[in-house]
Parts: sequence; C-alpha cells; structure tokens
Amino acid sequence: MTTAVSMRALTKRFDDVVAVDDVDLDIADGEFFALLGPSGCGKTTTLRMIAGLEIPSAGSLKIFGDEVGTLPPNKRPVNTVFQNYALFPHMSVADNVGFGLKMQKVAKDEIARRVAEAISLVQLAGMEDRRPAQLSGGQQQRVALARALVNRPKVLLLDEPLAALDLKLRQGMQFELKELQREIGITFVFVTHDQEEAMSMADRIGVMGDGKLLQVGTPEDIYDTPVSRFVADFIGRSNFLPGTIESPSTVCLTNGTRVTMHTDGDAGDAVAISLRPERAHLEVRGEAPEGQPSLDGLVQTVTFLGGSVVYHVGLDWMTLEVSTENRPGLQRHQPGDAVTVWWHEDAIAVVPR
Amino acid sequence: MSDATLDQIDDVDHVGLGEEVERRLQRSERRRGFLLALPAYVYMILFFVVPLIIVLVYSFATRTRTGDTSLSGWNLDAYRRLTEDFIIDSVVRSAVLALITTLICLVVGYPYAYFAATRGPTVRNLMLIAVMIPFWTNFLVRNYSWRLLLSSGGPISSVTETIGLGETDLLFTRTAVVLGLVYSFLPFMILPLYAAVERLDWRLVEASRDLYSNGFQSFIRIVLPLSLPGIIAGSILVFVPSLGAYVTPEILGGGKSPMLGSVIVTQFLTARNWPVGASMSFVLMAVMLVSTVIYFRSGGKNL
Repeated sequence: MTTAVSMRALTKRFDDVVAVDDVDLDIADGEFFALLGPSGCGKTTTLRMIAGLEIPSAGSLKIFGDEVGTLPPNKRPVNTVFQNYALFPHMSVADNVGFGLKMQKVAKDEIARRVAEAISLVQLAGMEDRRPAQLSGGQQQRVALARALVNRPKVLLLDEPLAALDLKLRQGMQFELKELQREIGITFVFVTHDQEEAMSMADRIGVMGDGKLLQVGTPEDIYDTPVSRFVADFIGRSNFLPGTIESPSTVCLTNGTRVTMHTDGDAGDAVAISLRPERAHLEVRGEAPEGQPSLDGLVQTVTFLGGSVVYHVGLDWMTLEVSTENRPGLQRHQPGDAVTVWWHEDAIAVVPR
Repeated sequence: MSDATLDQIDDVDHVGLGEEVERRLQRSERRRGFLLALPAYVYMILFFVVPLIIVLVYSFATRTRTGDTSLSGWNLDAYRRLTEDFIIDSVVRSAVLALITTLICLVVGYPYAYFAATRGPTVRNLMLIAVMIPFWTNFLVRNYSWRLLLSSGGPISSVTETIGLGETDLLFTRTAVVLGLVYSFLPFMILPLYAAVERLDWRLVEASRDLYSNGFQSFIRIVLPLSLPGIIAGSILVFVPSLGAYVTPEILGGGKSPMLGSVIVTQFLTARNWPVGASMSFVLMAVMLVSTVIYFRSGGKNL
C-alpha cells in the first residue's frame, strides 16, 4: 500500500514550547485517519505542518514520497477544511469554491464545470451566488468542503470541521463525510478532540497528548487495549484500579484481591487495571457468577441517562463507575444496596500506573 | 431591544399585558436615549446647523455696490458665478492636489499601517504613538517648520547641493503644498488603515495560501479587498480636508495659485462678496457630504 503522508521524528517548537515532539507516523493512501487529543496536544500543529502553514523545526515530512518540510502551502497537493471554515466573506459561494482552480490558472470553462460539480456534490446547488454570511453553519461547512475537494487534493486535511455545528447536524455530517471519503477514495486526515467523532469515522486513530503521538491503531484496538492511562481515559471512560504485577498472569489489587490476566510487565511493576463502566456488571451481593473477578461494594448514586443507568459503587478503597444498559426487566439497584461488581477476565486492560 | 426578541414575543399567543409592558419599556428606552444625546443635539444645532443655515441664507443674498450684503432680493446669482473661470480653476487645482495628496498618503500609509498591525503589541503601540506625536505640536507651527525646511538655503536644499543635485527651491510650489498636506493628513490615512488591517482574519490568508495563491496573490485577492473599508475611510478623511485646506496652501503655496479654501477666504475678506463665498462653501460642503455618504454606503458592504 502507498503511503500518503509519512512523518519521521517530526518536531515543532514555538520558542520554548515543544508543540509536536518527535512524531513518527505513516498514513496510508485512501485512509481516513483521525488525529485525536485534548486541546493543546499538538494535533492541529501537526495538521498545519502537513498543510505547509507551519514549518517543522526538525524531522522529515513526506507527502507521497516527496519531502515537503519547507515547501509553501500553495506548492503542496493537499487542501484544508479549516476550523470555522475561513470562507472568503467578500466572495460568492461559487467564487469561494473556484478560488483554488483560478489560482492554478485552470481554464474558465473547466473551472465553471468543476465548481458546479463540487457544489452539487455537497448538495448546495442553487446557492452559488450567495455570500457566506447568508448561509447556515452547516451550509458554510459544505462550502468549505467543496472549496477544498474541487482541487482534487491527494490528501484532504480537516481541522475540527464539525466542532461549530450543533449535535444533530454534526452526527449527520459525520456520516456524510465518511460516505464522501469512501466515494472519492482520497486520504482524509481529520483533527478532532471528540473521541466519538474520531471512532465513528476513522479507519485508524492517532492519539496525541502533550505533543507526543501516544498510540496509533483502529478504534477497536485503542478502545480495547489502550497503552496508557491517558489514552484509556481520553477514549471513553474508565475506572482505574491500582495494583501491582505479581506474575505474568496475576495482578494484585491494592485491597489484596488477585486478578488473573495476561500482562506484559515485570513482577513488581505498579500498574492500573482499566475497567470500562459498561464492561463491569452489577449484581446483588452474593449473586455474582463464580470464578470471575469481583469486588464488593455499596451503591452510592444512581444516575438515569435514558439509554443507560450509571451507578457509582463505593468500595472501601475507591469508587467505581458501572454503566448498565436500560433494558426492560433489568434489576435496578438503589443507593445503599450491597452489590458485587464483576467482569469477564478479557474485559480489562492493564496500563502503567 | 433586538428584533428577534420582539418577534418571539409576537409569536406567542399572549394576553395584552405583556405587549403593554413591552411597549412601555421601549418608550422609556427611547426617552433615555434622547436625554443622553441631548447635549450633543444642542451643540450640533447651535454650532453646526444654525451657522450652516446662515451660510445658506447668505448664498442667496445680494451684494450691494459698496460691498455690503443686503438680505433682500433673494437670487441665485452667487451660484451662477460659480462657473467663472477663476473659481473652476481653483476647484480643479484643489481637486487634483487633494487627489495626489490622497494617493501619496495611501501609498505611504498602507505599508506603514500593514507593518504596524502585523507586529507584536510593543512595536505596534510605538508605531501608533509615532503617528500621533506630531499632533502634540500646533498645526501652524508644523507648517511654518516646513517653510524653513523647504526654503532655499534650508536643510533640504543644502543636502541636495552637497550630493551634487544643485540648489532646490521647493517653497511656494505645488510640490510644497502636496508635501505639507501629506504631512498634515497622513495620520488620518494610517489610523483607519491600521484598524482595518488589524481586525483582518488571518485565517483567510492562510486559506488562500492553502488554495494555491502565492503571497502576492493573497494580498491582492484577500487582504486588499478586506481592508477596503479602511482604504475608503482613510481616503475620504484625507481628501475632504485637503480639498478645502487653507492654512497649508497659504503658508507653503505662497498664494500664487490659490486653492479652494483661499478663494473662499478672499471672497469673504478681500472681495467682500459674501454671497459667492457662502455659495462656494455650501457647494464644497455638499460635495463632502455626498462623498461621506458614499463611504458609509460602501463601508457597509463586505463586512
């Protein structure tokens, strides 16, 4: 498979701050790749380096095999959908979309044809003569998309393009973007701080934190086997049960409970077991199935969320969050109930503490 | 109270009470606004509207043979005389000089404003202060200083002599007038330009760079059009006072080829033809008003 974007030891410093720290990453051609992380983690700076809007301080950055580190943005086969769209307010929708082609000195009739094509691709036919200010947020978002795609970039960069939309519209656009990407088959590099957005759209996710690329993998990989507490915590919610590795197959939790599971660490390592709220089960005390790891506690709070019911269960050494699906017939516990939290052995991950 | 809120209220199937409360609130809001603006209204009426009406009235009056103005026998003679050669000449001359002044201010002011607006806060503030410092000196003093600078045997002349260009005698030339006008009105160009460039959304420039324009194209297609309101504001703020300028052309132009302002003063003080002076003043003001309206019209777009 061809590599669309390749980074080696890519680093960006702003004065004393290291925004992107020694990142190695290969993004395959045709892939929908999401860079995910909290704000200030360096994901946008990474994207801007691919776009050419930031010059790397060190390392190598290749787009389809060509080193582009210091190449200005107008010389790169990539286009960007900017956060808040950055549409030109003094131009019509059609002029916005046609801007890139005009700058590339494409013939007038071809510009007209491709602009019309791009505008109908994003379902904005009839809006050609409007100004951006006359469009809704969702429509502006589509113009920004058309303005980038009309140039047939080899890589499309998207900088939190859905962040400004309301929830319903955002979910609709997530689906549309994914469909669009499948249809036209070009590489998408998508920056977001929204883990659900990343998981629902991306083929692979790169999780960034504090300038470093922490983990790269499919959404399932990252959710099921996070490499660190940070990743586990950022992707979804998780309980972290502190413990120590006793042997390659046993972790002893702080309260003395022994949990059997496979670990890669050395005996004596301080670790935490990451237990997802929805992977933990809750039973009236004494009714938990035999032979599975379990912990006893008291229900502290019950939060009804519609699709699920979230319990906070107090153990005497920490509090666990347990999420149960809201199905008819499922037993509801009350605050103060004595319960047992249990889980399947393969439902957890071990991360460094 | 915004329209949206009012619409929402209208949408609701309400009883009359809410409507009445809303109406009273609006009325008290309007009353408060009027009272707050009252001092400004009084000032404008006393010192602008009333004098303007007096000028207008005088422009229709008759000049007696002795040079007095008789407030009777209203006629349009003064307006007819506006087409006389010496007035047309001064209008054309003033317009050309004002235009040249405006263009020079734009060419000099834009790079300055652009540079200042794209620097850090320290440099930016220093550059703005540098623009404003000359205002701390009296306008007349500044113009007389130029007289010294430009005179034959003055500093500029000595420099050109030293480098072998010979003696220059710029004083009492149109060049001197333009130089003085540019010097006087440059800040009025720089400040609106600065404001326009400073609030420019640089992400748009990045977007244009991403869409294959080089730095120059980005400037022409994005920065320039988006700073157009500043260009228009600055141009009007320089053109209008240059057109009617009196002090600078008098001091640096030597009165050989009088500009509009000097001609008007002559009509009032020397020729003692108040109706003509008044009609000229009135037409000049009308032109300024029209160009200002054009500015506000065009400034409202694209923003």
